[in-house]
Amino acid sequence: MTHPTARARRRTARSAALAATGALAALALAGCSLGGGPAPSPSASDQNASETSDDGATSAPASSITLVTHDSFALSEDVLAAFTDETGIAVTQVAPGDAGALVNQLVLTKSSPLGDVVYGIDNTFASRAIDEGVLAPYTSPGLPASAEPYLLGDALTPVDLSDVCLNVDLAWFEENGQEPPASFDDLVQPEYAGLTVVTNPATSSPGLAFLLATISAQGEDGWVGYWEQLRDNDVLVVDGWSDAYYVDFSGAEGEGDRPIVLSYASSPPASVGDDGVPTTAALLDTCFRQVEYAGVLEGAANPEGAQAFVDFLLSPEVQADVPGQMYVYPIDSSVALPDDWAEFAPLATAPHEVPADEIAANRSDWIDTWTAAVLP
Amino acid sequence: MMPLAFLGLFFAYPVATLVGRGFVTDGALDLGGFAEVLGAPRTWRVVWHTLSQAALGTVIAVVLGVPGAYVLYRRTFPGRRVVRALVAVPFVLPSVVVGVAFRALLAPSGPLGFLGLDRTFPAIVAALVFFNYGLVVRMVGTVWERLDPRTEQAARALGASPLRAALTVTLPALVPAIASAAALVFLFCATAFALVLVLGGSRYATVEVEIWLQTTQFLDLRTASVLSVVQLVVVGLALVVSGRARRGRERALALVESSRATAPLRLVRRDGQAASPLDVGAAAVTAAVVALVALPLATMLVRSLRHDGAWTLRHYANLATTGDRALTVSVWEATANSLRIAVDATVIAVVIGMTLALVLSRRPASRTGRRALGALDAVVMLPLGVSAVTVGFGFLIALDRPPLDLRSSLVLVPIAQAMVAIPLVVRAVLPVLRAIDPRLRQAAATLGAGAGRVLLTVDGPLVLRSLGLAVGFAFAVSLGEFGATSFLSRPDRPTLPVVIFRLLGRPGDGNYGMALAASVVLAVMVGAVMTTAERLRPLGSGEV
Repeated sequence: MTHPTARARRRTARSAALAATGALAALALAGCSLGGGPAPSPSASDQNASETSDDGATSAPASSITLVTHDSFALSEDVLAAFTDETGIAVTQVAPGDAGALVNQLVLTKSSPLGDVVYGIDNTFASRAIDEGVLAPYTSPGLPASAEPYLLGDALTPVDLSDVCLNVDLAWFEENGQEPPASFDDLVQPEYAGLTVVTNPATSSPGLAFLLATISAQGEDGWVGYWEQLRDNDVLVVDGWSDAYYVDFSGAEGEGDRPIVLSYASSPPASVGDDGVPTTAALLDTCFRQVEYAGVLEGAANPEGAQAFVDFLLSPEVQADVPGQMYVYPIDSSVALPDDWAEFAPLATAPHEVPADEIAANRSDWIDTWTAAVLP
Repeated sequence: MMPLAFLGLFFAYPVATLVGRGFVTDGALDLGGFAEVLGAPRTWRVVWHTLSQAALGTVIAVVLGVPGAYVLYRRTFPGRRVVRALVAVPFVLPSVVVGVAFRALLAPSGPLGFLGLDRTFPAIVAALVFFNYGLVVRMVGTVWERLDPRTEQAARALGASPLRAALTVTLPALVPAIASAAALVFLFCATAFALVLVLGGSRYATVEVEIWLQTTQFLDLRTASVLSVVQLVVVGLALVVSGRARRGRERALALVESSRATAPLRLVRRDGQAASPLDVGAAAVTAAVVALVALPLATMLVRSLRHDGAWTLRHYANLATTGDRALTVSVWEATANSLRIAVDATVIAVVIGMTLALVLSRRPASRTGRRALGALDAVVMLPLGVSAVTVGFGFLIALDRPPLDLRSSLVLVPIAQAMVAIPLVVRAVLPVLRAIDPRLRQAAATLGAGAGRVLLTVDGPLVLRSLGLAVGFAFAVSLGEFGATSFLSRPDRPTLPVVIFRLLGRPGDGNYGMALAASVVLAVMVGAVMTTAERLRPLGSGEV
């Protein structure tokens, strides 16, 4: 069909199709604002905005900030709304992935920052963020004394912490008439062969924390040898926390056959049985402390608003809210913990530590060495 | 042009920006990364794992899926609709959930632990087949159910055995649909991520896993960019192979109303008609596969209904809550978010996908025209073959300045999901469109119909008929999408797969049960959407 009129006709057909598409696309965009909620105005977190107007208290917020955070960020709605009420600053949240993805994206978008303030940089990624100049210096006047040991430079404000520790299934050990392990050294003893499940440091953040704990405990020269012993004692390495806890662990809601699992100091309260006592416990000599930080982003459009938000994160209201919302401990030790945590989830008294700059410098080497030594 | 501009802006540009960053050191082009990365034995190991997993997964899914398509689309039997919905469900389940459900079966302590398959290569392949079986069944089935049975009947009348008639008459007619499905399955398998990690561990890491590691954990864009190029090459080769298989076979097919092409399944001698060995064989294979597909789903369902060793609905009741210190919104709110986003994503995907399919279904007279269309055909598929991390990161670093600073905007999520759905829409519609006899259009034109009218009366009804399939796929993909969404969704507006992922990631009383209950809700919604979409075919559009 190369007849000129036929070809012309076909062209009209195509332009008709395109016109139709255009019309449909317009509909699609209309559908978007209809379906996806209000059109993307970067100025207001719409939930909070609507709540404010429900109260009839304040009109539109005076200014706005964008909070860049990781995918586990959560605060109670009323706590966050109170910030907007008190300061007149509306908060838009963006969460570009997990803690690692968060820092890397901040680095990549340095010249055109993703927002004004960041929350969720942890001590394993902190040095990268500092060295790359992602953050502007700011020290909050509200910094509690208990936060001072965790300060890194002048741009990151510690907000909360958590301990990554081995957990044991007490019920299993009782049934089998065996003492649970207590230390790193116990784990490589023959009586604990084939009982432990941990996660891969390359793919899981508790896994990396546990690797760092062993590096701190066994030393620069000893940790590889220790892991080889663990491997020979049939430790199971899986790739994510949920996998380890729910499939391989025998305690809590797990249905597996291994009574020792890598989890958190805050996990035992979740296994409280009918008698009001947890069936699992954390081994507090095996913990690595993870600290999460907030900071003002370099090049922020609204640095004052960002600073106000950092101050807000240290306020008693937020500090009391974080255990319930994010499963972490407040950095301010004067803030009361939830009852079940106070009773069954103490923090380690002497957690293992590795300086943030050493982690940043050696992270990929350590993971490569670990992979070569442990994985078949 | 508009669909191309859309693909360019929201796919090619962000991906190129990110990959480009990896090749620039201190402002100068630096391709040294290639030698470095390609010289490492680890690179070749992950490439090998990617290829072997994807190839094996694809072959098995197709070999099992074709008999499935026959039984579920060409034959009728009671309960057919339910089985069709069932096999479609795995395709959109979050892979973390499926991974955990599979491992709960295969782990040494699980019911299938004696097989010794936990954390092995066969476990990964089995899961890939589990995910993609329904895709093959549906894509092949929807063409098959409208294939005119008279051609095959003629072969039989001329003395061919049922098997011979099926192999020499029917199968060749289905090759384009099978090749389309295989290409899609290969892309899905080659970019599988969470599944590979959960079921196999880092030993079986694929290119996708390496890109994720290098980008999100080590910030080694040099390596990540080389790997992205490697991934593009692998995917590109697969598309070329699939294109070759289709070319020449794609011809006008005699299509009829599906009710005229289907017949009851004949498994036993009844009403004087002998049982058909072909039916029995295909039904046996399909029954076995459906049972295997149902097993992890059943495990999920059972565990969602149990707590502390007793049967309970409490996990479902909890869906109205935010779980034990796990979520910002209730699961139902997240479900509402997901549904809203899915509507938007579906509209975008169907409009763009249908337009692309219409363009691709043309047969240009010139060689250049055909070449261009061939290239476009491959380009349309690429969003499925590129890592979600690359797309997610690319969005954020490329769309960063006004007028295109969309980074905190809510529209990015449906757009990203539409990107994943467009290839499915195109592949679902295209075999039907290409099967239209061009003489029909010519005849209509000869009889004086204008170009618009030809489109409306010849292409239109057929497009509308495959619309159901396209809408179903797009909607389901959007509901289940997790990869790109996890980089773009806002914490205060999570989608259902995002909250499931989060529930699974928190210890806490009942969070695990809630995650499973939420997965069951997702599964039921997807099943319902697929079933409804299949019925979305206008009646009385007549024979073609």
